[in-house]
Amino acid sequence: MTRSIVRILAGAGAALGLMAAAAPSLAASGGAEHPRDYSFSFEGPFGTFDRNQLQRGYRVYKEVCAACHGMNLLSFRNLGQPGGPFWDERWPNPNDNLYVKAIAAEFEIADIDSETGEAITRPGTPADRFPEPYPNATAAAAANGGAAPPDLSVMAKARHDGADYIASLLTGYRQAPAGLRMAPGQNYNIYMTGDMSPFWEGDPDHVPPGGFIAMPNPLQNGQVTYDDGTEATVDQMAQDVAAFIAWASDPRATSRKQTGLAVLIYLLGFTVLTWFSYKRIWRGVAH
Amino acid sequence: MSDHESTYVPKTAFERWMDSRLPIIRFGADYMALPTPKNLNYWWTFGAILTFCLITQIVTGVVLAMHYVPHVDHAFGSVERIMRDVNGGDLIRYTHANGASMFFLAIYIHMMRGLYYGSYKAPREMIWMLGVVIFLLVMATAFLGYVLPWGQMSFHGAVVITNLIGSIPVIGESITTWLWGGFSVDNPTLNRFFSLHYLLPFVIFGVVVMHLWALHHAGQNNPVGILIPKERTAKDTVPFHPYYTVKDGFALLVFLILFATFVFFNPNALGHADNYIPANPLQTPAHIVPEWYLLPFYAILRAIPDKFGGVIAMFGSIGVLFILPWLDTSKVRSMRYRPTMKLFFLIFVAVALLLGWCGAQLPDAPVIPGLPSPVLFDGELNSYLWLTRLLTAYYFAFFLIIMPIVGLKETPLPVPASIAEPVLDHDESKA
Repeated sequence: MTRSIVRILAGAGAALGLMAAAAPSLAASGGAEHPRDYSFSFEGPFGTFDRNQLQRGYRVYKEVCAACHGMNLLSFRNLGQPGGPFWDERWPNPNDNLYVKAIAAEFEIADIDSETGEAITRPGTPADRFPEPYPNATAAAAANGGAAPPDLSVMAKARHDGADYIASLLTGYRQAPAGLRMAPGQNYNIYMTGDMSPFWEGDPDHVPPGGFIAMPNPLQNGQVTYDDGTEATVDQMAQDVAAFIAWASDPRATSRKQTGLAVLIYLLGFTVLTWFSYKRIWRGVAH
Repeated sequence: MSDHESTYVPKTAFERWMDSRLPIIRFGADYMALPTPKNLNYWWTFGAILTFCLITQIVTGVVLAMHYVPHVDHAFGSVERIMRDVNGGDLIRYTHANGASMFFLAIYIHMMRGLYYGSYKAPREMIWMLGVVIFLLVMATAFLGYVLPWGQMSFHGAVVITNLIGSIPVIGESITTWLWGGFSVDNPTLNRFFSLHYLLPFVIFGVVVMHLWALHHAGQNNPVGILIPKERTAKDTVPFHPYYTVKDGFALLVFLILFATFVFFNPNALGHADNYIPANPLQTPAHIVPEWYLLPFYAILRAIPDKFGGVIAMFGSIGVLFILPWLDTSKVRSMRYRPTMKLFFLIFVAVALLLGWCGAQLPDAPVIPGLPSPVLFDGELNSYLWLTRLLTAYYFAFFLIIMPIVGLKETPLPVPASIAEPVLDHDESKA
C-alpha cells in the first residue's frame, strides 16, 4: 500500500518536473542578464503587499509612467479595495473612500453632457477607468517612434519573473559599450531580451548582454517626492513601481493566498480522515 | 461482471412505484454494488479523478461563459474583468485554466496505466478506443479554450494549428478558410471556437458515459490482468461502494491538494507569460509553443521536415492508439508478468516525457551546448531536431514493431490463476 502511494507520488512528481522544466526553458530567449532577485514582500505563499510601497509605486506610476503608459484595466475604485494601495477600513466600499475620490478628481475625464449629448470633460469619480495617455493606439505609436508603449495593467503577469523583471529593467540602462552600433531612438538595457550580435563589432565571443529598448531611461534620482519621506532613489522607485504593477496585475493575489491556506489545511485534514476511513473499511479484506 | 444479479430491493412505496416505471434508483444501486476486483491499486483511482476534472471544467466553464465576451476587442479584457470584478472570479478562472493541466496530468497517468496493465486487450477494446476518442476530444477542447483569452499565444497558436490543416493537398486551403470563417484568424474564428469549446465538453461527457458502459459490461481489468471466473466473483471482488468510493475519494483528495497548490499559490506557473499580452496579429512572439500537455505531439509535428508529413505523424501518433489492441500479440495482459515488455514500456514513458521536453526547445538548439557535431541532412546531430526524430522513431517503433514482436517472442512469467493468489503470497511475505 505504502509502496503504491510512493509510486503515485513519484509519477506525479515526474509529471510536475516536466511542467516546471518546460516553463523556464521557454524563457531562454536572447542573452539578457537574468533579472535581479528583489525578494519583494508579496512573494511566497505568505507574502502580502506592503501598502506604503504600493502608495509610493502609484505615485511613480502617476508622475512618471502614466505620461506614456495606460493601465486600462484599472479603475480608481481598485485603489481603495481591500489589499489596494489606499484601502482603509473606514470605507468598506472603495467608492466612498475619500483618498480614492480625491485621486480620481485630479483627472479630467472625457464624457458627454447627459442633457445635450455634447462632448464635455468632468472630474473623475472612483468608478472611472484610469485615463489613457493617448487618444488611440495609432497616436500612441506615432508619438513614440512607431511603437506604442504597452499597457501596464497586467505587465507583471506578461513577463517572466514579473516584478523582478520590471524593477531590473528600470535599473538596467547602461552606456552602450564601444563597438555596439545603436540605431537612432534606441537605448541599451542589459535586462532587455534581444540578440546584440548583429550590432556588435567587437570580439564575437563577448557579445554584450541585453537588448535595445525604445523607452529612454525613465527614472532619475529624486524624480518624485514621496509623502512618507522615503528617499526617491532610482532603485527605490523601480522597486516601488514594480510592486504597484504586480499588485495591479493580480489585485486579489493576497486574499487568494490566504484563502488557499485555509483550503489546504481543510484538505489535509479531510485527507487524513479519509485515509483512516479507508483503513477501517478495508480492514479484514486481503488485497 | 456487470451481468451480476441486481441485489436491489425497493424498500418504500415510492421506490416500488418508481422501480416499475423508471428503474433509475435500481440503476444507481447496482452501480454502487458493482463487484470490483479487490486488488486495484492507486493507478486505478484516476478514473474517478478524471470524472471530477470533467465536472469541474464544465461547472467553472459554464460560469465563465456567463461573463466572457467572445469578441476580438473585448475577449482579453473580459477575462481580466472576470478575475477582478466577478465575485470569486479569480478562483473560477484559475481553477478552469489549471484544471486543464490537471485534467491532462490525470489523463496521461490513466492512459499509461491502461498501457502497462493491458487494459486495452480483449474484451476491453471498446473501452480503450472510446478512451482515445475522449483524449482527442479533450485535446481539441483544450486547444479551443486556450484561444479564448485572445492573448498572443492564443492568437498565434490558433494561426499555427489551423495552418496545419492548410497543408492537406488540394482541399487544405478551402478547409482552413471554412474553419476561420474568413481569410485569417479573426473575430468569426473566435466566435466559433467559443461555441465549439462550449459544445465539446458535453460530447466528451456522452463518450464518457459510453466508456463507463463498456467498462461495466466487460468488467474492470486489475493489476494481475486475469479475467475473474464467475465462481470466484464472491472471493475476488468487493462492492464498489464503500470500498472504492473511499479509496478513490482519498486519492482524489491528494490530487486536490496538488490542484489547490497551483490555483491558490502559483496560478500562472503552468501557462506562458506571453498570453497576458493582448493578441496582436502584426507581432509574432519569438517562440510559439503550446501548453505543456500538447508539447510531445508538437515535437512529433516538428520532427518531420515536410509540413503535411508532420501533420500525418502527429495525428498518426494518436491514431496508432486506436489499433493498439490488435498490435499487441501477447496473451498476457499485465506487464507485471512481462519483464521484457516492461523494460520497453519504461523506456516509452521516458521517451514520451523527453518528447515533451523537446517540444519546448528550439529545434536548432544544441542538446549539449558547445559540443561540435556533423551535419546530417538538414540539421546538426547535436540538436533537438535530431533528438526529437530519434524519440519519435522510438514512439512509433514501440507500437508498430516492439509490441507485436515482443508479444510473440517473450516468455512471460507464470500468471496467477486468481487474484487472491498473489494477494496471499504478498501477505505471507509480509508475515
